Amino acid sequence: MEPCEYPHIEDQLAPIVGRHGGGDATHLLQILRDVQDHFHFIPPEAIGCLASHLNLSRAQIEGVAGFYSFLSLSPQGEYRVLFSDNITDNMLGKPELMQYFCNKLWVEPGKVSEDNLVSVDSTSCTGMCDQGPAALVNGWPLTNLDQNRLDLISELIRIKKPVAEWPEMLFEVRDNVQRPGMLLGEAFEHGAGIRAMLARGAEATLKEVDVANLRGRGGAGFKTASKWTFCHAAIAEEEGSMICDVGGNPERFIVCNADEGEPGTFKDRVLLSSYADMVFEGMTVGARVIGARKGFLYLRGEYRYLLKPLEAVLSRRRANGLLGENILGETGFSFDIEIHLGAGAYICGEESALIESLEGKRGRPRNRPPFPVTRGYLGRPTVVDNVETFACAARIAEKGGAWFAAMGTAQSTGTKILSISGDCARPGIYEYPFGVTVEEILRDCGAEDAHAVQVSGPSGTLVSWQEFGRRIAFEDLPTAGAFMVFHRQREMFAAAHNFTHFFAHESCGFCTPCRVGTQLQKRIMDKIANGHGTPADLEELKHVGHILGTMSHCGLGHTAANPVLDTLKKFPGTFERKLKALSFEPAFDLDGALQTARDITGRDDDWAHLS
Amino acid sequence: MSKTITIDGTKISFTEGQTIMDAALAAKVYIPHLCHNPEFKPHGSCKLCTVNVNGRAVSACTMPASDGMEVENKTETLDNERRAIVQMLFVEGNHLCPTCEKSGNCQLQAVAYCLGMMTPHYNHFYPPREIDASHPDVFLDRNRCILCELCVRASRDVDGKNVFGLSGRGIGSRLVVNSASGRLGDSTFAVTDRAAKVCPTGAILIKRQGFSVPIGSRIYDHKPICQVETEGKSGGEHE
Repeated sequence: MEPCEYPHIEDQLAPIVGRHGGGDATHLLQILRDVQDHFHFIPPEAIGCLASHLNLSRAQIEGVAGFYSFLSLSPQGEYRVLFSDNITDNMLGKPELMQYFCNKLWVEPGKVSEDNLVSVDSTSCTGMCDQGPAALVNGWPLTNLDQNRLDLISELIRIKKPVAEWPEMLFEVRDNVQRPGMLLGEAFEHGAGIRAMLARGAEATLKEVDVANLRGRGGAGFKTASKWTFCHAAIAEEEGSMICDVGGNPERFIVCNADEGEPGTFKDRVLLSSYADMVFEGMTVGARVIGARKGFLYLRGEYRYLLKPLEAVLSRRRANGLLGENILGETGFSFDIEIHLGAGAYICGEESALIESLEGKRGRPRNRPPFPVTRGYLGRPTVVDNVETFACAARIAEKGGAWFAAMGTAQSTGTKILSISGDCARPGIYEYPFGVTVEEILRDCGAEDAHAVQVSGPSGTLVSWQEFGRRIAFEDLPTAGAFMVFHRQREMFAAAHNFTHFFAHESCGFCTPCRVGTQLQKRIMDKIANGHGTPADLEELKHVGHILGTMSHCGLGHTAANPVLDTLKKFPGTFERKLKALSFEPAFDLDGALQTARDITGRDDDWAHLS
Repeated sequence: MSKTITIDGTKISFTEGQTIMDAALAAKVYIPHLCHNPEFKPHGSCKLCTVNVNGRAVSACTMPASDGMEVENKTETLDNERRAIVQMLFVEGNHLCPTCEKSGNCQLQAVAYCLGMMTPHYNHFYPPREIDASHPDVFLDRNRCILCELCVRASRDVDGKNVFGLSGRGIGSRLVVNSASGRLGDSTFAVTDRAAKVCPTGAILIKRQGFSVPIGSRIYDHKPICQVETEGKSGGEHE
């Protein structure tokens, strides 16, 4: 590779590369995040320089830079304000507030102001649904936005005050734990889980996790003990084709999935804000069981504000002998954790896409088999578990499997943390034993006029008022934690419409059915929203939904039609009220197509219109 | 005893490590596909080769065959779904067969015929896409790119050049070229590269060869792709 030909760029890049792995290509995404911060975009000259540093092709770097929402190949404003576009933010007035803000700053949504000072746009749910409307400014979270706060923010931008010097109250993020249970309510002594595990032994601890019947809290509900067992046993299964690092054994990795991107979910944010020790302790226990020396926390880019506090927790744990070499004096028990930040890609919550992203690549779900437990990070056996799963594992290590299994239902043991938002008096975090009914939850959070609940986010299930007796459990309503409440006056079409935009924006583009199908779905919903829908369009939505559900490559595509199909089934009226009586209406808007010509000529008279 | 799978009731033997697609191609059973070319590492992105195995939809090109597998391939339901996927590919790009030099040699067009696609069904997206004529010997017309990454794989794995890559996300995914200007003419690409001859559509066309074989005498003008593929010709090469 030739040396970088732009010395002034190289001078600024060298320290960034030095901070992140020196020249290790698995750090590309971490490097690009800092490059974006520094230049407000990824300059083409920097791509060439980084290619030399990391021994990658320009196309590979451009591929990664073009994939993640928070990275940009064209210049963005010095201040980049991204409004959270979840339906709960919208219900709290986001569209009007964003327009108000744009008007104040003389900038169009999605564009950069003429002085390059500011750009304003929407972004997928930032995980602040209980304290929205929310936004990010240069990646830092802004909560509880209203006109007063936006007045202040636009003033701070106008006087070019660095974000680090803005008043702290703008960035205040509250835990809002409304109903604590065994994870959030009972005291946890740092190291208690590891101590109990060492006393019992790793194998016996795996047995406890098995007896506990712990299942993955990310929504899919795979049995954790099985996953750990497969990973531990991976070498024997692979018949010699495994990459071996030491003494005939492959290195193994344990990864905590904190890419909490499902709209309406924010319980991992709270676990990592105030219960990080429990999460890291669970990872350490898991590492001992599967034989991993290194772990990663993959933290979604929206939660970058947690990076420093989490690094501090890791340092403290190292100082206390709970991480690092010979943990708690146990010879040969070495384990450490590194934090990687995402950069705005919901798909990276899918475990194999997350692993690709950890390797510094585009977050594209892999073909399976092989599964990550046999071939994951860098081709080595890897366990990927949800934040809450690790917190549970720490508790189980401490108190035993039988204690855990005594809570919840037979198939869904333990508790589940829910992130409650939308139309209720007390949004926030609620921890319940599995088996709780939707009705009980609605009563607790003060949702008096509830009409529907989106359980587990857009990829989950829409529950109508007729089904409020259903239970939160893997055998009835499995959930990753989102619980968005809609009252009687809400138009359910608007929620489904919002979710189709979300999936179209987040599809990775790898497979045809999802790349195109999510677009088709969005376009048909736009057509209906604009008053041009017909009954034929509803049939088309069902058809596209079927293709998405059966032909897609991964869970994103498989579930992308859920909100539309659920709403069609449970709230057909919300669609029908918007339809034209005609049997057919062209999607192509002839008059709309002339808009570009009208803009260019500056005309808007009758003769410049078709009707 | 050799291991077998069953495709639509017919028993086919396979060797360990083969995918369903490998076994089918060896036995001359046609499973529609576009992003798969047996010369390259399977990709699994176009999803045309979706088959049902024990009631579950899987990609034949990436799913390892295992003894006793029951595979459903040529069913009306699957062909309807595959047709929808081909229609999706047609509307997301700008595919104008009557004016395309690749017509008759184009796998996208051939698969569409083979699956009985009579209309694009969906509304065209008409995306603005870039044409790159900077290379002395090769055109790159992204209007016809279906993102199968065969050129990416060929350039990386056979030519050892890494000329191509993918950037963007979702519907904004696009083929990018490995040069500072982003233009093919400034890359190390050569007309003799394997990647120059692997495109299943007309996105990569070799210059000064247009219509040397007249329309009407081309590969799929006389025989449908399902027949060409099962007569032993591997997909991809169409000179």
